[in-house]
Amino acid sequence: MSAHKETLGKTLGVVVAVCLVCSIIVSAAAVGLREQQKINKALDKQTNILDAAGLLEQAGRDISGTYSKFIEERYVDLASGEYVDGIESGFDMFKAAKDPEYQVIPDPDTASIFRHSKVVSVYHVKDENGQLKRLVMPIYGSGLWGMMYGFLAVDSDGKTSRNLVYYEHQETPGLGGEVQNPKWKALWDGKKLYKDGEVAIHLSKSASAEDKYAVDALSGATLTSNGVQKTLEFWLSSQGLGKYLMNQPWKA
Amino acid sequence: MSADSKEMKKVLFGPILDNNPIALQILGVCSALAVTSKLEIALVMSLALTSVTAFSNLFISIIRNHIPSSVRIIVQMTIIASLVIVVDQILKAFSYEISKQLSVFVGLIITNCIVMGRAEAYAMKSPPVMSFLDGIGNGLGYSFVLIVIGTIKEIVGFGTLLGFEILPLIQNGGWYQANGLLILPFSSFFLIGGLIWFIRTIRPAQVEPKE
Repeated sequence: MSAHKETLGKTLGVVVAVCLVCSIIVSAAAVGLREQQKINKALDKQTNILDAAGLLEQAGRDISGTYSKFIEERYVDLASGEYVDGIESGFDMFKAAKDPEYQVIPDPDTASIFRHSKVVSVYHVKDENGQLKRLVMPIYGSGLWGMMYGFLAVDSDGKTSRNLVYYEHQETPGLGGEVQNPKWKALWDGKKLYKDGEVAIHLSKSASAEDKYAVDALSGATLTSNGVQKTLEFWLSSQGLGKYLMNQPWKA
Repeated sequence: MSADSKEMKKVLFGPILDNNPIALQILGVCSALAVTSKLEIALVMSLALTSVTAFSNLFISIIRNHIPSSVRIIVQMTIIASLVIVVDQILKAFSYEISKQLSVFVGLIITNCIVMGRAEAYAMKSPPVMSFLDGIGNGLGYSFVLIVIGTIKEIVGFGTLLGFEILPLIQNGGWYQANGLLILPFSSFFLIGGLIWFIRTIRPAQVEPKE
């Protein structure tokens, strides 16, 4: 490197030019691809909801078409268990959990969820004739390594579970990560959530398939199983969606 | 011309076995540990790193005679970081599932020693086309290791390859008990160590002289 080009002016010039070009490229990529990324995010969420709804196979490649045909998003006020209207369509219950207007700090916080929104999104799953088939409800709570986010699909009787789909978690692959194993997810079909008005569903070691209230815990992942159990207990109790499932406003 | 194409070939394919960035230069090991639990992820990561290395080499080589040596590292970093962000955005737009699994590791390509090392050691001194090839070559060397490790880890750790079942798992009614050890990042240490041993056995010239 020859010394004559090492003037301060030149150095600054090169640095500014490089920064300018780079920032233009980066902003162009960010702005140009934003729409596609938004579509992907929405599609990812719809895919998980359809999975919980049991419509994923039927949907095939047409995720958004199937979604708009069979799924309807409603908003539930946790305290009253009734539907609320007049919520904007872009409502995000996870963003709302940080908004003082909606924020609720659970006490006791048995599932270590730290905060949640007082209004949550619930998804109606309808069949070809517009009859309500299932409800897909959001649940989340701490597992072993971090927060686990999922959807619980409940039959239209409000008492029978149909599916449990976790879409975001940090559990150990092969152990706690087995929450996403299709075989394990299938165990949730037909289990009863409540017994005499109390949350009765639980995970236990080598639970038999006939036991209406128990699902086989994940082997080698006791802490993840405990997390799933506490998450369900929280969201099915009156702190969570218990009142909603009790009042059954979808029948009205 | 023939000498030229010979040189090109050496620059392009040399890093795969003879001068492998991970196995010989011991660069970029950290990401090789983290992203190899499944082959698909390893493939996407390889592709991302190869394109970043190739293009950062190209751009740095084009302006190499204008980069003041007092700020050259920062200028290189700026270019590399911009490319990494672009790659990250592209992945998020066109391969959302995989970008979710790769999470921070795409961003961490910025700190991957291979990119920086090749920019400083090669692109600053060589013409653009050769630098571009050097970037692809080193990317291929990195990919070679990631693909080997990713294949072994996915088959032994999950009983699958690219998501297809190879060894039926006990959980799914088969006979194979997945080896949880190989899913964890640190097991790559053993595998990379074994790979280095293997390469040095067939290429004894790479063995360091005793001190």
